[in-house]
Formats: sequence, structure tokens, C-alpha cells
Amino acid sequence: MSQRITIDPMTRLEGHLRIEVEVADGKVTNAWSSGQLFRGIEMILQGRNPEDAHHFVQRSCGVCTYVHALSSVRAVEDALGIEVPENARLIRNMLHGAQYMHDHIVHFYHLHALDWVDIVSALKADPQKTARIAEGLTDAQWGGTPYYKSVQQRLQTFVDSGQLGIFENAYWGHSAYKMPPESNLIAASHYIEALRLQAKAARMHAVFGGKNPHPQSLVVGGVTSSKDLSADRIAEFLYIWKETQKFIKDVYIPDVVAAAKYYKDWGGIGGTTNFLCWGDFPQGNGKDENLFMPRGLIQERDIKNLREADQEKVAECVTRGWYEKDRARHPFEGVTKPEPGEYEPDDGRYTWFKAPRYDNLSCEVGPLSRVLVAYANGHEGITKNVDYVLKTLDVPAGALFSTLGRTAARAIETLVIGEQVEGWVNELVANVKSGDKKVYQSWKMPTKEMTGYGLNDVPRGALGHWIKIKDKKIENYQYVVPSTWNFGPRDEEGKLGPVEEALIGTPVADASRPLEILRTVHSFDPCIACGVHVIDPDSNQVYKVRVT
Amino acid sequence: MDDEKKKEEFYERLAKSGVSRRDFMKYCTFLTATMGLSAAHVTQVADVFAAPKQRPPVIWLHFAECTGCTEGVMRHTNPYLDQLVLDILSIEYHETIMAAAGHQAEENLKNAVEKYKGKFICVCEGAISTKDNGVYGKIGGRTFMEVGKEVTSKAAGVIAIGNCASFGGVQAAAPNPGGFKGVGEALGIKTINVPGCPSNSVNFVGTVINYLLLGKMPALDNSGRPLFAYGKTVHDQCPRRAHFEMGEMATEFGSEEIEKGWCLYALGCRGPMTYNNCPVAKYNDGTSWPVQSGHPCIGCSEPQFWDAMSPFYMPK
Repeated sequence: MSQRITIDPMTRLEGHLRIEVEVADGKVTNAWSSGQLFRGIEMILQGRNPEDAHHFVQRSCGVCTYVHALSSVRAVEDALGIEVPENARLIRNMLHGAQYMHDHIVHFYHLHALDWVDIVSALKADPQKTARIAEGLTDAQWGGTPYYKSVQQRLQTFVDSGQLGIFENAYWGHSAYKMPPESNLIAASHYIEALRLQAKAARMHAVFGGKNPHPQSLVVGGVTSSKDLSADRIAEFLYIWKETQKFIKDVYIPDVVAAAKYYKDWGGIGGTTNFLCWGDFPQGNGKDENLFMPRGLIQERDIKNLREADQEKVAECVTRGWYEKDRARHPFEGVTKPEPGEYEPDDGRYTWFKAPRYDNLSCEVGPLSRVLVAYANGHEGITKNVDYVLKTLDVPAGALFSTLGRTAARAIETLVIGEQVEGWVNELVANVKSGDKKVYQSWKMPTKEMTGYGLNDVPRGALGHWIKIKDKKIENYQYVVPSTWNFGPRDEEGKLGPVEEALIGTPVADASRPLEILRTVHSFDPCIACGVHVIDPDSNQVYKVRVT
Repeated sequence: MDDEKKKEEFYERLAKSGVSRRDFMKYCTFLTATMGLSAAHVTQVADVFAAPKQRPPVIWLHFAECTGCTEGVMRHTNPYLDQLVLDILSIEYHETIMAAAGHQAEENLKNAVEKYKGKFICVCEGAISTKDNGVYGKIGGRTFMEVGKEVTSKAAGVIAIGNCASFGGVQAAAPNPGGFKGVGEALGIKTINVPGCPSNSVNFVGTVINYLLLGKMPALDNSGRPLFAYGKTVHDQCPRRAHFEMGEMATEFGSEEIEKGWCLYALGCRGPMTYNNCPVAKYNDGTSWPVQSGHPCIGCSEPQFWDAMSPFYMPK
């Protein structure tokens, strides 16, 4: 059936994923993750101007906006050997920090929460009791019996209308939902409050980036928003930051801790083995040095033995993807010849994803990796908050290697990185006060052959862009993105990708409503709609499940 | 519930979230003007939010895209997304935000298409692969082409949000490896195109409200774009325009000229050949827009802009 097509190189995907698992005795025994969309952006980049690339690659993802553009300009700047001015570094860090704050809030409340929160149960809550619980839980600016009564009334009106819209036909009432009605009502109201807060938080990008999603102020050499280095503009950013950070501290963190108390068993489900992060947020000039979130590798969950991470050890394996046979290659040498084919998870090819490996290891990337590496590195803010969460939940450090750990790590780093944003703003203010408003370093593109790479750690994990430039044009462009690290398939040795590994052992109470699988898959924050197939060997029934 | 009570509750909720009735009416005036309607319509626009007669069903499909347009609508204020979802529209299917999963989600799509046949608005986000039988993009084992055909053929109208759904977007740039096309072209149907990369949520919401208010889609230009938003060039509405007339051109980023507000044409600005209302509507609640932040317009609301407008950093 397969038809040979030459597409070289192949791009990463953002949008459609299929996951298949096998369940025996109420537990997942095998899993396959499959990318279902091919767009071809790396191929489209060939022959174009290197300084244009960031606009194209930014469109890889509109949820995790900004970050590909950042990696791309860093790769070109690396090739050119230029350093951006201090103010450009600070503004880039501020925008990146704002991305974490915004993105993680949206993920928790709008993409992940409904795996844990039963909205329908909230209708049964006692508003007075809810208000009392909420008071002991958060420092939110809203609350009280009338408030919870009005939220409940609004939900009831909605339900009574008979048009359930986005809440239609979900797994409401599933036995794996553990929170009482009052906690569900608190969470439902925070779902709405967070929706409004995030609209505001996104304005941080607009202040120094023109708009969000897809801010447009990055250029090779720095940033363009010099006109916005004014007192009122900086204050505008700072006030939105302040409100967002308050939400993270007073609402997001308490919500995660409160929910975790009902789901402690998830501290033993959904873990993986190896953890990689490139680190990010340069605290000064000089490549790869002094990153606020450190770079590193943790092998075999051994957090006492933090290893260095070097981009040279990255290779991508294509054995189980729809590609012509090839050896594993470093991105600089990345050659990809797609070959569309049948979906054959058992022993054949089953995805558009390649399988990235670090020194031949399958590695999880993302919040949990970053937090573990920072913890192992003795990072002050991270260590303090990890210890607080472990102590509050009364669980051992081993519980971090789990679906719950991943979700908690995301909240913890949001708080810590969010706090740091203020420091960058203050540095910027000091520079501007002293008369330094430089945001751009001019450059010339030589005709010689050059290579460069940009490494980031972005909300969803380790991101790298590798570029080869020849005659002022892009000769080759490859990027290895968090979703391929986490959602990639088996490699030639049959080693599972991280999500595939994490799913094994997951309990499934009702194969026709596999809520538990959504929990682990969503904990990796796929910003993609996925197709999941669950096979129950007992009944031999195949259930089709789309993770949305 | 009667209309007056609905309205009352709506304004109470607004007040609680810190928006006064006056602010809200100001916003409705802005939206009415954006849509090119006379001031007499302001109250009616307000009523669409405050007392919708019945929540019109919307089915939102995702194809080859980055979800940036959905994210843009999520950032919309007045109405906020929770109002759009809970009070104004009935979003029957939307993969990014819907709670249902699995065959339950597919069931929702199937049921909604049947129940609201000929009555629902179909919003498409993303381009459709047309090469090799559309093998480069699938949902639930079916190609984008199959899903798109089936759903749009039963819709009252189809809105293509963003450049991908309108004209093919970034994956359709040369050499267009997956044979991606805009929804209208791929399916051979007429769509209302609300392009941009991403689309400005003001223009999308304006198009929807226009429909709710007048019961029909707005007037369109030759590329299927609503004239109220895409009737003038960015250049014609640009605050830096006067400097263009004076020949005052910035030639380097971060320069004094940029700070003085000089024109970005020499740095590659595509404002003169791009139809959109960015300088007036701006983004994120009027916070800014690319040219304000010192970066040239890249022409993201134009057909095939990735090829037609690049290389970006030089005049055309």
C-alpha cells in the first residue's frame, strides 16, 4: 500500500496523535504512541533566508508560542557568533518566563483539570460548605457563599438549557473521580477564573512582542521593541505579572496540593526512567553558562548523580516511523526520507514521529525533568518548594517519578520561574535608568558555510534547533522538539518512548471509559488531539478513544 | 428565563468581574464600528451578549494547524471565552477544550451534525492535505478531507479561521510537501475567511456576532474576507504612515529612528500590500500590534504570504 515519496527533511508535528494500549487484568501492559500529522516545515525552510526561519518555526505550535522562534534566533546567532545586548537577553527571558506562567496555568486548568475534577458533581455541592473549605485553602480575591452559589447557579442554568456543548458526554461519575462535590465546585469556579486570568497574562507578550499568540518582536541580533522601553510600558508588564504571579501563588499551587491529597495513589503511577533538560534563562552573556534553570541528565532515577548534557549526544532513530531505513543520526546530519505506510504497531512502523535518543537513552523531557535536575543541582527555589510539597502531602521523594509528580513539578516551576521574572524586569529598569536602551546587535550574513544550534527548555521540555547555512541560505534545518522526546516511538532496540513507558501499569477500571489513561497522557502536556485505542484482551473489544 | 432577567444577571456578572455596564457598552460600540455598522446597532449588539435567544450551535474542526487561532480566541475579552462557551454559543465539538474523550467525543460530533443539520456554524482551523489521498493528516483514522467534507456539507455556513484554513498557511509554503490547501479550495466550497497568523480574535468574534445579529454573514472581498476587517491596507491605517510620506525610513532595528516612530518600509514592512485592521483593532485587548513593537508587518492575512512576502527583512 505504501507509496514512496521523497520528503526531505521531515518536520515535527503538532496536532494529531494516536495512542494505543493493551490492557490485562485492569492494567495497561503495552502502549504505542503515534503521530498522525505531517506538515513539512523543515523541508519548507530549505533555501530560505536564515533570519526568516523564526517566523516559520514559530508556527509549529500556537499553544507553546514564542519558544520555537527563540530557539531559531539563538541557532542563527550561534552560527554568526554574535551575542545579543543585555536588554535583549532580559526581554527574551521576560517573554519566556511569561510563556511559562501563561502556558502552565492553561494546561492545568483547561487541559488537565477535567481528568481529576467532576464538573457535574459540583452541582451537588453545598455553597456554604464550599466557601468555608475555600477560605482555608486559598487567598483568592473572590469567594464566599454568594460567589459559589452564583457559579453553581450559572452551571445549573447551563445544564438546564439542555445544550451541554463542550461538557457533553464526558466521563462524569467515573469511579476514578475522588474529589467531593464542594472541591469540584471550587475547581469549576477556578476553571472559569483561570480562563479570564490567562487572557490577561497573555498581554505580557503583547507589551514587548506586539501580540500573543505568535509575538513578533524577535529578530536575529536581539529584539525590536525598543520603543516599549518606557516607564508606562514596563509598569504595564509588571502589573500584569504581579496579578498573574499572585494567582499562581494563591490559587494554582493550593489547588494542585488540594487535589493531590485525593489522588496520592497517582504518586506511584505513570513514572519513567531517564530525564533530560537543556536548561534555560541565561543569567548573563556567554553561551550555555549560568542558566537559571540548569542543564543536565538524570539516569535511572538516580538524582544523587547529576550528569552533564551535551547536544552532541543526541541522535534520532527512524526504524519504527514511516521513513526509509536509516541509521540513527545527529540533527546536523539529519536526513529524512518519509515513506507513508500502514499503521503496524506490533512489529512494523506506526508513526510520523522519529525517536530521539540521548546517548542511546529514551528520556522524558519537561517540567518533571527540569525540576529533578534543578533539585539535584541544589537550586534554591526549586528545592524549597519541592520539599514543601512532599512534606505537605506526606509522600517520599520517590513519588516524584509519577503522573502526580509531573503535575506538581509543573506547578512548582511556574511559581519559581514566575518569581524570577520580576528580577529580570528590575535589571531592565536599572539598565534603562542608566541610559542603556540597546536591544539590537547588528550583523552581516557571510557567504561561508556555518552551523549553529539553539537549545531551550520550554514549557513542554527540551527543545533544540540545528541549522546549516551556506551562501546565506538555509542548507539544512532540523529541530528536535519536546513532543518527539516524550511521544516518540520505540527505537531499533525496541526501547519504548517515555509516554509508552509511563502508560504501562496504569490501572483502567472501565476500558470503555479509560479516564486513567488520559491522566498520564495529559500529564505530559501534549498540546495535541490524540487518537487512543484501548484493547481489552478479555473481551477482545476495541474501544476507540480520542484524547482531546 | 425571560430576556430582562437574563440581561440583569449578565450585567451583575460583569460587575463582579470588574467590568461596568458603561465599559461594556463602550466595547459594543467598538465592535459595532469594527463591523462597519451604524451606531443604531449598538444596543442590539449588546443584546446578543446579554440575552441570546438561543445558543447557536458551533462545530469547530482542527486540521493542519498550530492551534494558535484557538489560543487567540481564548484570549478574547468581552466576551471572555467562558461567556462564549457558557452563555452565547453552544460549542458542540472542539478538540482543544471539550471535556469528552474517546468514542464519546466522536459520538458528540456525529450527534451534533445530525441534530443541527443545516443550522450549525462550522469553524475550520487548519489546512487540508490533498496529496496522496490526504495521508498526511488524519483524525480517528479518517483523513482531514473526509472529515471536512462530511461536516461542512451539513453546516449553515463555514468560517475559516486563520491563514491555514483560509489559504493553506505555513505548511502550504513551497514546496508544500503534503499538498496542503485552504478549506474552501480543498473541499470546493465557499468559506468566510478570517485570516491572520493567528487570526485577530476581534475579527473572528465580529464575524460571528454579525451572523447572530443580522442572520447572515458579512460582505466579503475577492479573497472571501469580511470587508469590515480587511477592507483597507495596514499601511493606510498605520500610525507610522506620515513618516512614510515624509520619506523618514528606519534602516536598523533598535535605532533612534524606530523610537521616533519612523516608517519600517525599508526594513521589509508588508503593510502596503496587506489588508487587515491591525493598527486599529490591535491585539490582546488593544495592547499592541507588531509594527507598534518595532517589527515590520509580514503580511500574514494575505493568500500565500509565506512565499509571496518573504524574504521578510527587505523591501519588495
